[in-house]
Amino acid sequence: MAGLHFHNVTLGYDRHPAVHHLNGEVAPGALLAVIGPNGAGKSTLLRGIVGILKPLDGSIHLGGLDSRDIAYLPQSAEIDRSFPISVLDFVGTGLWRGTGLFGGIGKAAREKILRAVASVGLNGFENRPIGTLSGGQMQRVLFARVLLQDARLIVLDEPFNAIDSKTTVDLLALVKHWHGEGRTVLAALHDMEMVRNHFSETLVLARGPVAWGPTAEVLTPENLIVAMRMCEAFDDSAAACSADDARSRAA
Amino acid sequence: MIYDALIGPFTEFEFMRRALAAVIALSFAGAPIGVFLMLRRMSLVGDAMAHAILPGAAVGFLLSGLNLFAMTAGGLIAGFAVAILAGLVARSTGLKEDASLATFYLASLALGVTIVSIKGTNIDLLHVLFGNILAMDDQTLLVVAFNATVTLLVLAVIYRPLVIESVDPLFLRTVSRAGGPAHLAFLALVVINLVNGFQALGTLLAVGLMILPAGIARFWSRDLTVMICIAVVAATVSGYAGLVLSFQTRVPSGPAIILVASALYMVSVLFGRVGGVVRQLFPGRHLEA
Repeated sequence: MAGLHFHNVTLGYDRHPAVHHLNGEVAPGALLAVIGPNGAGKSTLLRGIVGILKPLDGSIHLGGLDSRDIAYLPQSAEIDRSFPISVLDFVGTGLWRGTGLFGGIGKAAREKILRAVASVGLNGFENRPIGTLSGGQMQRVLFARVLLQDARLIVLDEPFNAIDSKTTVDLLALVKHWHGEGRTVLAALHDMEMVRNHFSETLVLARGPVAWGPTAEVLTPENLIVAMRMCEAFDDSAAACSADDARSRAA
Repeated sequence: MIYDALIGPFTEFEFMRRALAAVIALSFAGAPIGVFLMLRRMSLVGDAMAHAILPGAAVGFLLSGLNLFAMTAGGLIAGFAVAILAGLVARSTGLKEDASLATFYLASLALGVTIVSIKGTNIDLLHVLFGNILAMDDQTLLVVAFNATVTLLVLAVIYRPLVIESVDPLFLRTVSRAGGPAHLAFLALVVINLVNGFQALGTLLAVGLMILPAGIARFWSRDLTVMICIAVVAATVSGYAGLVLSFQTRVPSGPAIILVASALYMVSVLFGRVGGVVRQLFPGRHLEA
């Protein structure tokens, strides 16, 4: 299986780039942390990878994966928690790749869902409506769904925001388990300590790549300060970009 | 005595039997649609659409009389035209979608009323606006039943993507392209059921047999399947009781049905198991865990 390739990728909204001229590749089975200040384009990059956002320029190659091989966990605000659906049914939507529009959920599939719910520590919550869960429990539910999606590429957008330390530890164990199974995992994160301790590779992003490589080499105070400065350079009346990709290759 | 009041009208008069059959068909198809309208926060969109389809249905009505096929086709065309135009205006200008829809449906309603009153009589206008379920002929009844059957079949097909799109649209977009078509099919079902309710309840009240039962169901269950079942039962009961009420008191049938549904809704608001007012005022002692 080939990895993920970025060729001079520019992603953004209304012609304003949020991620500028990104080149590089993610090896299959990598465990990559994407860090950077707010507004650095982390979420935008992840949206581009999962295909919700079309690049303004350049291209992203998934190395033979199609959209069903990707599990994407967005920042959770977009879920209608008031909708009357049980934890079991909600997690079960993760089986979409196998069931599609009409496939039934048989006994085996039901067992699988229950196991996924159990492995995120939510035994006994199967029949609760999702509206009754706490923030941390909801995040566990979302991880259970990712688990069921059984995807080659897992993309997590700030999965540990506003999550307590116990839940974070549990869910992080799951992430490392996925890594152990040879899946490619990308995660946008803010906790530098966690990145240093658990993620082998890091991309420091600030509307363009600041540094990309093994975490120990990349995660330096200098790089973080550069990232901070680049993020503050937004211009509402910017002219059309003429830069080639030389600058980002240097990074 | 009770037999005379509650069952007699239906054994005695064929038009009452037809009306009952029609109202049952409308309930089985319309109530589930209403539940999804409510859960997708589109209750008022349903109302707006009911007005928007009037000119199309009116043109169909004028070309071929009270032919439900012609009215359905006209209604579908008008409904989609308004939905698409409103969407386009909202997307290409700063106007919000609801405001844009409101302007279009008002224009559409005015146009519809104008068409009917220029070409038809005042009785026609009253008929289109408020319906007359007691004047249902066999052919119309068959069309109503046909539309209801199609609705249930299509709803079964789009059920899963519709549910997932309602609760987590972004997830559906990442795993499938079914979201867009499912939403369009759902809008078409809304229009079909609104037109279907024309003959029975008229433009203005057709949406009532969809939304009110959904509102009732919301107060009795937290489970989608149960909610849909409750909505269907509530709609059927309202339809039956409304017909009896109308037969005994000479209240027009359409408003009678909707008034019964409204009464059930008020009872649900007060005494509903899920978030009803009385439940909230006297919740009982809190539990241990």
